[in-house]
Amino acid sequence: MAALTSVGETPLAAPAQRPRGMQAGRRRRLNVFRYVVFTLFGAFFLIPLLAMLRFSLEGARLGTWSLSAWRQIASYQGSGIPPLLSSIEITLELAVITCAVMLVLLVPTMIWVQLRVRWLARTIEVLCLLPLTIPAIVLVVGLGEIYNRIQRLSLSTLMLFWIYVILALPYAYRALAAGLSGIDVKTLSEAARSLGASWFTVIVRVIAPNMRQGILNAVLLTFSLVLGEFTIAYLLLYTNLQVELYSISRNTPNAGVLFSTSFAALLFAFALLMILSYAGRGRRGRR
Amino acid sequence: MRVLPVSSSPVTKARDRAARSAVEVRLEGLSRHYGSVVALDRLDLTLEPGQLIALLGPSGCGKTTTLRLLAGLEDADGGRVIVGGRDITRVPANKRDMGMVFQAYSLFPHMTVRQNVAFGLRLRRVSAAARDQRAIEMLELVGLAEHATRYPHQLSGGQQQRVALARALAIEPQVLLLDEPLSALDAKVRAQLRDEIRRIQLEVGITTLFVTHDQEEALAIADRVGVMRDGHLEQLAPPTEVYSRPATSFVAEFVGLSNRLTGEVRDGSVIVRGCTLPLVEHDTPNGQVVALVRPEAVTLASGDAPESGALVGTVIAVTFLGATSRVTVDLGDATILAQLTTADATALRAGGRVALTIRPDAVLVSASSDPAVSATGDEA
Repeated sequence: MAALTSVGETPLAAPAQRPRGMQAGRRRRLNVFRYVVFTLFGAFFLIPLLAMLRFSLEGARLGTWSLSAWRQIASYQGSGIPPLLSSIEITLELAVITCAVMLVLLVPTMIWVQLRVRWLARTIEVLCLLPLTIPAIVLVVGLGEIYNRIQRLSLSTLMLFWIYVILALPYAYRALAAGLSGIDVKTLSEAARSLGASWFTVIVRVIAPNMRQGILNAVLLTFSLVLGEFTIAYLLLYTNLQVELYSISRNTPNAGVLFSTSFAALLFAFALLMILSYAGRGRRGRR
Repeated sequence: MRVLPVSSSPVTKARDRAARSAVEVRLEGLSRHYGSVVALDRLDLTLEPGQLIALLGPSGCGKTTTLRLLAGLEDADGGRVIVGGRDITRVPANKRDMGMVFQAYSLFPHMTVRQNVAFGLRLRRVSAAARDQRAIEMLELVGLAEHATRYPHQLSGGQQQRVALARALAIEPQVLLLDEPLSALDAKVRAQLRDEIRRIQLEVGITTLFVTHDQEEALAIADRVGVMRDGHLEQLAPPTEVYSRPATSFVAEFVGLSNRLTGEVRDGSVIVRGCTLPLVEHDTPNGQVVALVRPEAVTLASGDAPESGALVGTVIAVTFLGATSRVTVDLGDATILAQLTTADATALRAGGRVALTIRPDAVLVSASSDPAVSATGDEA
């Protein structure tokens, strides 16, 4: 038996080693390539951020360090513009309102389309993705007349949510569609219906909770979009965070505040991303 | 007279409740079209109270459509659905009071097993304590009480379907609808759960419609089997009758295997290869026909020199099926299948000569103009 085994294995062992050796070398080269690419891309993203941080900590004299630019985030007010803190507040409020309106509009619509009017799915998709193809300036020109009327009723920057919902539609739609595709909507809704659930209950208590990851992603994308939006607010003469930062950069002798606020906004978005990402994993450790 | 205390076991409670509420279901002239395709063609079907009827048939025969129309998940183009004497044809699905188990896993992924089972009760505004108690009762009924706090993804497929059954029964529905609930499971779990569904159905006594394309499942579980084809019922009868006295050649071929052998009808019986067999339909006119002979009605005897005049053939293959084996025999101008016990089949070898006899069971015949005359029966 032993002889048979040795006879059988000896000729096989030699050629088998060569591919393994080749694989190890290839794997090493691949790893080196990965690290190089990762380092290059990391540097590409990190160096501007570190530079921003460095400038935000610049003291009054060259070569000195100071936290004054960070301290001024809450209290800074440039000439002829609202306090920075109020811009931050209103932009956050705007983000929350936009997310809420977007979810209320899109989640039930998408579920309903999936359940009852599947033939409309393609049309809804095209409509939702349309804003991607329309430049911001065209949107502003198109919506200018409507905003003229809106501004007669309210001058609040919060009124920007109408246009932000439209801007967020493509991203939110994609995120929600991905969430929806992960569940068997038809079977779950039919099971719930057979147990006595109304359509409202089916959507709110059965389907939506199972789209949590998709909903969180949609919220994240919408939030990020609103926090970073400049063009439309600027062209429609509203002051949100980005417009405020732009004004500071043009008017202030203290550029440190600009850098500290921009960096804080980035940190905030990053923290939000982390929170939503962890929340999306689910408290029960689902798949 | 001393009144005996009523047992408080979940099974007894469920049975008592169901016994009070088992209802008759009548489908009258039910029709459903998808464009030009007729899915259901004026179907009439009655489910007696507490009875389990299995609808069996090939894909597209209308069995699932029937169940979905009964559940209210689709609207009928014509006809009526009457449950417990009440016309519910236009009643929406969530008001029909029917428990349903689906082919696909349908437990709500974000709820625990107990929350899933209690979901229907919650919608009925049953108090938290009562619905928890009821959920545990139902989980005990399906043997999964210890898994109450788990999530669906932590259960096997068989366990998920048992929870789905508990969930469907928890609301004390008038009718239980089972839409191929076993088709996603492996063979062993499938057989176990099939028996369990039957046990629970008998214990609870609920009127049940079971849809399947698996003939073994239908024959094993049902009080009556309805074989469907092209949107109508070919036969509705107890399983033994469907198998042994099929109403049509379609039923004979769909339910079990059948050999198609040429024969001649003479005065109320058919002569097939020298064997005289009684007819299912005694009034069949004399003439050439194709007789549908079950493989288990064919017996084989091995021997180097079979008796002269006996029906003889050559074994082509012996297929081991466990307790039984299927033997394919070449008769020269046709092949024939025989189903024997494995003990009897072990003596047979491919290439060996065998003598065949056909047991005189009543057989169904069809017109001999069929081009498949003398061909071996195909598995449905």
